[in-house]
Amino acid sequence: MSDPFVIIGAGECGLRAAQALRERGFAGEITLVGNEPHLPYERPPLSKDILTGAATPTPRTVSDAAALAAAGIACLTQAPATRIDRTARWVELADGRRLPYARLLLATGAIPRCLPVAGDGKRVLTLRSFDDALRLHPHLLPGRHVVVIGGGFIGLELAASARQRGATVTVIEAQPRILARNVSEAIAQVVADRHRSGGATLICGDGITDLRATAQGVAVSLTNGRCIEADVAVVGIGVVPATKLAEDAGLAIENGIAVDATLATSDPDIFAAGDCCSFPLDLYDGRRIRLESWRNAIEQGRLAAANMLGANERNSSVPWFWSDQFDLTLQVAGLADMASRQVRRDLGRGAFILFHLNGDGRLVAASGIGSGNAVAKDIRVAEMLIARRATPDPAQLAHPDFKLKALLAA
Amino acid sequence: MPHWIRVCGADDIDAEDVIRFDHDGRSFAIYRSPEDAYFATDGLCTHEQVHLADGLVMGNIIECPKHNGRFDYKTGEAKGAPVCLNLKTYPVKVEDSAVLIDLD
Repeated sequence: MSDPFVIIGAGECGLRAAQALRERGFAGEITLVGNEPHLPYERPPLSKDILTGAATPTPRTVSDAAALAAAGIACLTQAPATRIDRTARWVELADGRRLPYARLLLATGAIPRCLPVAGDGKRVLTLRSFDDALRLHPHLLPGRHVVVIGGGFIGLELAASARQRGATVTVIEAQPRILARNVSEAIAQVVADRHRSGGATLICGDGITDLRATAQGVAVSLTNGRCIEADVAVVGIGVVPATKLAEDAGLAIENGIAVDATLATSDPDIFAAGDCCSFPLDLYDGRRIRLESWRNAIEQGRLAAANMLGANERNSSVPWFWSDQFDLTLQVAGLADMASRQVRRDLGRGAFILFHLNGDGRLVAASGIGSGNAVAKDIRVAEMLIARRATPDPAQLAHPDFKLKALLAA
Repeated sequence: MPHWIRVCGADDIDAEDVIRFDHDGRSFAIYRSPEDAYFATDGLCTHEQVHLADGLVMGNIIECPKHNGRFDYKTGEAKGAPVCLNLKTYPVKVEDSAVLIDLD
C-alpha cells in the first residue's frame, strides 16, 4: 500500500481514529502501536467497576482482535515507539522496527505524576492503566487501609470504590477542599459529604512531607506533623501529557503537543489528539486548553482521522466530562473558569445544576450533581446552548419547572 | 399473539421526550416523537446498561445520558461510537388516550 498511516497510542483515542479512517473509506495500511500488553480498552471503568468487582478483573476491550483484523487495523501491543524521523518519515519502535508513515497521529495520552518514595515503592501506586488497576485491586479489602493522595476525580473515584469493597480509606488533599481545580464549592461539598457518609476520612489543607515504605506497607507524613500508616498509598495528583516523542522530534510543545484547531501539529503531516495535546477552542476565543477526558479522546480521535484525510475540519466541541462516585454522578460541560456568576437550578432529591455565565450573560459552562443520571438531560441541553453561545435568561435557568429544551428552539 | 400492556396516558409523555417503563423485571423506554407518534425500545443502553429514559430526545434520536451514544428510537438503530449494537424495539399503539406496548 502506498499511504501507510501510523497511530502512536493504542488507547480509546488512537483506536477511534483508526476506526474513523476506515469509516471514511481510507484503504491504506493503518498501524496502531501501543506500550501496553492489551488491545485498546476502556479506561473509565478502571477506577470504578474494575475495582468494585470481587473477581480478578479483565480489561474491557473496545475492539477485539477479530474486529481489528476485520477492519484491517494492525495493532502492535508492547511496542513502545522510541523515535520519529520527520525527514525520512518513519517511526522507530523499541525493538528496532521502522514503520514508514504518510500521516502520523500522536495519541500518546498522559502519564500520572508521582511522588518520591523512600524505600521500596511497591506499596505506592498510581492509577492510569489496566495493569495499575490490577495491582491495586487485591488491596481493596476489609481490614486494609488505603491512603489516597489527591482529592481529584481519579483519587475520589477510587476512594469510593475502595469503600465499596470495605477497605478503610483516607483521602489527603493539599488544597483547602477537594476538587478545587475542577468544580464549584457547592458541588465539591456534596461529594465530600457523600464520601464522609460512605465512611472515608477526608483530610484537606495538608500536604505530604514524606512518603516511605514500611515493613507493613507505607507511612505518609503530613505538613501538620501527623503520620498515617497504611497498607497502600495511591497517588492521584494529576498527569503530565506524554510529549517526549514529539519533543525529541522537534514539534512545538505548549502544555502538551501544540496543535491547531484541526489537530495538526507544527508538522502538517503529524497530528495529535486526546490527553497529550493542547488545542485552541474557537468557542472560547481561541483559548488553548488541554483536556483529559474520555469523550475528548473519542471526538479528537475522530476529528484527527478526518483531517489526516484532508477534511480540514475545526474542533468545535464543548468540553464535557463526568465522574461517578458511590451513587452520585457529576457532569460538567464547558469551562466554568470563564464565568463571573453562577445560577443554581434545583432538580429535586438533592440534584442540582449550576449554570455559569460570563459578564455578557453568555452561558459558558454548566455543572451538576445528583444520584444516577439526574443531571444528564439538563447538562446535555446546556452543552448545546454553550455551543451556540446562548445568553439565556437566568430566571428561566433557575426555575425548576421551566423546560430548558425550550431554549433550544429560540 | 400480541400481548398489549398499558404504559401510561398519552399525555403523560411530552412531545419529543421519553419516559421509563418497568414491567415484569424488565425496563423499557417509551418515546413520543415531535410529530406525536409513540415508540418503545429496550430501556437500557446497549453500551453500559444505563437507563435511556434519563437521556435527551432530539427529533428521532435518543441520546444515552452517560456517554452520548445515539440511537434512532423509531428503528433502534445505533448511530455510531461508542454504541454499535442496535436497540430492540416494540410495537406501540394509543387507545382511549392510553399508550400500550406489545411485549410479545
